[in-house]
Amino acid sequence: MAVIRHDVRMLRTSEDVVGARQTVREWAIAAGFSLVEQTKMVTAASELARNTVHYGGGGTMRLEALNDGPKRGLRLIFEDQGPGIADIERALQDGFTTGSGLGLGLGGARRLVNDFDIHSRPGEGTKVSITRWK
Amino acid sequence: MESIPILKMGKSLLVSIQVDMHDRLAMRLQDDLTARIAQTRARGVLIDISALEVVDSFIGRMLANIAAMARILDARTVVVGMRPAVAITLVELGLSLPGVRTALNVEKGMELIADMQAGGENGRHQT
Repeated sequence: MAVIRHDVRMLRTSEDVVGARQTVREWAIAAGFSLVEQTKMVTAASELARNTVHYGGGGTMRLEALNDGPKRGLRLIFEDQGPGIADIERALQDGFTTGSGLGLGLGGARRLVNDFDIHSRPGEGTKVSITRWK
Repeated sequence: MESIPILKMGKSLLVSIQVDMHDRLAMRLQDDLTARIAQTRARGVLIDISALEVVDSFIGRMLANIAAMARILDARTVVVGMRPAVAITLVELGLSLPGVRTALNVEKGMELIADMQAGGENGRHQT
């Protein structure tokens, strides 16, 4: 598997979440994703970008265009230096929220992609990586 | 401050969301609509989301909240024009939009609101 292109975007405000949606849409189109695949990836990105801004106190989104033989994919890595998540299993359950949301952010994003990876420790921030293959 | 325009048509309010809303703008629409329903005594609210390429859990929650608040103020809400890719994604996301009636387009949505106001079979609140 090779990363053929990468870029990093700052996530600080809710306008940045809108910007992230637009950037992910462009990269998903470039990866040859169908309209439904694009929509799933952009929606997952929107949930995670919002988490980064609201709960992580801001952070970054790294985009990676992937090649694995004939397969093409898109990986997004959301990283913050916020308070972290104490109980990741619980945070992934539908309906779990510490904020005003529906608690569908993390679990919902996981269902919309092929690979989902999360690393978080209290006081050390959170890193979520999602990948979707064409 | 930017906002989404709300039009009054007879006894209904009509909103067409034409921009990719950030969260504060979505919250503002929710507040503005609730105030306008009370002010105008509207009986129906039609929200056109045909221009929205993405509905995530935040926008979904806003739509469900508007429907719930409108209901308390004796108005019915119909969301129209959802794109098929958005509908597929919403289901996988786990969002069922409780209490939100939907219709394919504005015309069907206005018919549904008229039916609901007449207290017809279609007008029963869906839970």
